Amino acid sequence: MKAAVIVFPGSNCDRDVAVALERATGTAPAMVWHRNTDLPKVDLIVLPGGFSYGDYLRSGAMAAHSPIMRAVAERANAGVAVLGICNGFQILTEAGLLPGALMRNTGLHFICRDVHVKVENAQSAFTSRYAAGQVLRIPIAHADGNYRADAETVARLEGEGRVAFRYVTEGGEAAEASNPNGSLRNIAGVLNAKGNVLGLMPHPERVIEPALGGSDGAAFFTGMAEALG
Amino acid sequence: MTAALTLGSQAKLAAEFGLSTDEYALAQQIMGREPNVTELGIFSVMWSEHCSYKSSKKYLRELPTTAPWVVCGPGENAGVVDIGGGRVAVFKMESHNHPSYIEPFQGAATGVGGILRDVFTMGARPVANLNSLRFGSPDHPKTRRLVSGVVAGIGGYGNCVGVPTVGGECTFHPRYNGNILVNAMTVGIADKDKIFYSKAAGIGNPVVYVGSKTGRDGIHGATMASAVFGADAEAKRPTVQVGDPFTEKLLIEACLELMATDAIVAIQDMGAAGLTSSSFEMAGKGGLGLEMNLDDVPQRETGMSAYEIMLSESQERMLMVLHEGREEEARRIFAKWELDFAVVGRLNNTGRLVLRHHGKIEADMPIAPLSEASPVYDRPVKRTAPKPALAAASVAAPADYAKALRTMLASPDLASKRWIWEQYDHMVMADTIQRPGGDAAVVRIHGTKSALALTADCTPRYCEADPVMGGRQAVAEAWRNLTATGARPLALTDCLNFGNPQRPEIMGQFVGCLEGIADACRALDFPIVSGNVSLYNETDNVAVLPTPSIGGLGLLDDSDKMATVALKADASDLVLIGATAGHLGSSIFLREITGSEAGSPPPVDLAAERRNGDFVRGLITAGKVRASHDVSDGGLYVAVAEMAMAGRRGAALTVPAGTVPLHAWLFGEDQARYVLEVDPNGSAALLESAQKAGIPAVRIGRTGGVTLTVNGDWPISVADLRSAHEAWLPEYMSRQ
Repeated sequence: MKAAVIVFPGSNCDRDVAVALERATGTAPAMVWHRNTDLPKVDLIVLPGGFSYGDYLRSGAMAAHSPIMRAVAERANAGVAVLGICNGFQILTEAGLLPGALMRNTGLHFICRDVHVKVENAQSAFTSRYAAGQVLRIPIAHADGNYRADAETVARLEGEGRVAFRYVTEGGEAAEASNPNGSLRNIAGVLNAKGNVLGLMPHPERVIEPALGGSDGAAFFTGMAEALG
Repeated sequence: MTAALTLGSQAKLAAEFGLSTDEYALAQQIMGREPNVTELGIFSVMWSEHCSYKSSKKYLRELPTTAPWVVCGPGENAGVVDIGGGRVAVFKMESHNHPSYIEPFQGAATGVGGILRDVFTMGARPVANLNSLRFGSPDHPKTRRLVSGVVAGIGGYGNCVGVPTVGGECTFHPRYNGNILVNAMTVGIADKDKIFYSKAAGIGNPVVYVGSKTGRDGIHGATMASAVFGADAEAKRPTVQVGDPFTEKLLIEACLELMATDAIVAIQDMGAAGLTSSSFEMAGKGGLGLEMNLDDVPQRETGMSAYEIMLSESQERMLMVLHEGREEEARRIFAKWELDFAVVGRLNNTGRLVLRHHGKIEADMPIAPLSEASPVYDRPVKRTAPKPALAAASVAAPADYAKALRTMLASPDLASKRWIWEQYDHMVMADTIQRPGGDAAVVRIHGTKSALALTADCTPRYCEADPVMGGRQAVAEAWRNLTATGARPLALTDCLNFGNPQRPEIMGQFVGCLEGIADACRALDFPIVSGNVSLYNETDNVAVLPTPSIGGLGLLDDSDKMATVALKADASDLVLIGATAGHLGSSIFLREITGSEAGSPPPVDLAAERRNGDFVRGLITAGKVRASHDVSDGGLYVAVAEMAMAGRRGAALTVPAGTVPLHAWLFGEDQARYVLEVDPNGSAALLESAQKAGIPAVRIGRTGGVTLTVNGDWPISVADLRSAHEAWLPEYMSRQ
């Protein structure tokens, strides 16, 4: 699998995700500066976490209009896999490549902690190494992760199996107490209609080996490497 | 502003700027004439306590600062130590106390920004932030707002720049009601052959300004931070700077990109006293002169005077000297990162700083007398008589030991600070292998097996009761916290927070603490490589507790050998290393359970510290330890409870026969001690080897179950302790 990681001014998980990709594929991804207008030929495009443009205006709002995003949208529409983690998820919603929006956490604070998320859709290229219903422990680190969409959109996401991850208790129950940020229906990650674009708030790249406090994120990257060849 | 100022007499203006009569006379003598407003402003910030260390210099010179692994000690932007593999760690701690009290969010945020710049100025990529926070009594009406603002400010800045905030400490005491302490520490890693210094060189070389534009914020910030607060503290808000972490992130990347070339001769961040101190320090260290054209300084406001440009403390700015002819290459890098870049001057051999503005010379002054020969004071010192010792037998035992433990674990100083560190991104960069909440944070050196252990420590109540012992203890605890992870302590940075140095009692505290610090540094081979002094932390004659914060750095050669505090298994033996005398003076037990702050602090036997710590590190490195924890605030009972809570499992403590009274054994804060969880099959051999080495060691219990007991009595559920321990801070912060 060949991958590209887009670097926006203010991205700060670009190296972390590059390390995880290289560990899974044996090849370092191409790091693409946001002002570029074209992309190398790759199987996966990653929008990393961070604070692109300092989160000014709204998280992800300015990065969504970066020159490179036109090329990202073209590839996404052509079926290339696009992954947005945390700020990358925010950028994808701002760019209209994923439905909904990520609002301020209900507690109003930035939250950095391990949470439990359930794999709701194990059919996608991003989640193929997980079992449906599997509960993972993965950290979140965000102030704006409260997923919101209108009722019709949410119904469609649920009906089409496009809720990829949900915040749950350790036992796998989507409870109020297991929802760290107020997201509708505990949604932690969503897919686009074609299933080739995924946005999620948790950071799988931060838990790829036991030394980091967990390795539940490792299969995320090895699974993509396998599925996207 | 300038016009109004020039109307007053210069002498009156000098006083307003914080210069003493003698200092003003010296300024006149240096100039050979009356200094103008801009020049007077420059004198006042350069000679402010904050920039010149004039009250503390005499004593700072006495501190141990060298070791074979020290690459650069105090005097540069940050200290540098060799960490092997061709790499160095660059680190420093700095205060942002006064601004954080006036405007907590921006004050704390810019404190983080400033210390980050001190580290990446030297060519290091910042890899970790820590902080040491002291607030007033939780009951004080301002405390909650200050905690909330400071934490949001630190998080807002550190999270955005993408440097993990991995550790620190936070305590409360009424003596910080009028002056909180916000000490921020940054650690970076650089290649040993790519360290950048601030000494200017090369006549004719361009002096370049990069980063944000200059505005009217933070003017006289350094002067404000060099005076006590009166009732008008809030009115000083305009002297507080405003931070932009996004620009800082760009500045880090742009500077490191330029540093990968060999275009830079010298570089210095614009921190306290902004363009003034950076230009004076760089030219001063190089023994050169500098002419700057202030029209070329990027400005975000119109009509700024030379005085305002030179004294602005606008954030996210750097000054550098480039090799002649490399300007365009550097300009391209800064343009890529959308940052300002301007050649503002040239080096010359005059030894003078000349400032041009709108075609006029606005200042023309000699550099050396300001930067290198600032006044040094030998202020009167009244040494602090240590508080009298307190016999454990004179302290009443609690009716219910388990209840006392629970109360202490839920008290403000010992309660979990999770509410704080969960607002900090402590995992970005994906190398945090020991998260906040343990003895020390541990951050892997990227791409290697080795790791840095990092901690921030001080016990101000000990420093208040006996400055010498308190100073020793602060260093010893930092050293112990690093050791408890298995790391080899290498060096420390200090941030010395005290009251008004013009009061002999305050100087007495300062001198006493420094004496203790120096003793400990020598005995533990743990030199000071950087630091900061913050004086005048005082309001209405009430000074903060003497608080010399120590930021320690240690090295783990093999991070797989790292130890943590969490109990790992049932049926392990618990072993206590170090002697227990049951010292209750100035303890948390005494304060939280009996309401007294009496008594001398526990004595610190530095030879025992060294012996016991080296022994513990040896055991950890040999893989003989399942969990390890240093014994500090709250004593042994608290230490074991912390291990139990972290491991979510119980322990049965057995008090060795013939020791001190039970409450003194459980709650005494004797130093040089560790609790180890070890394999029961290996504990006999371990105790024997300790005995041979002359190390006090005793089996004190066994792990297992879900409760903590003492001699089979006082059962208390670990889950109950945990909920009490976790609840205090979030509940306190959610109250209106």
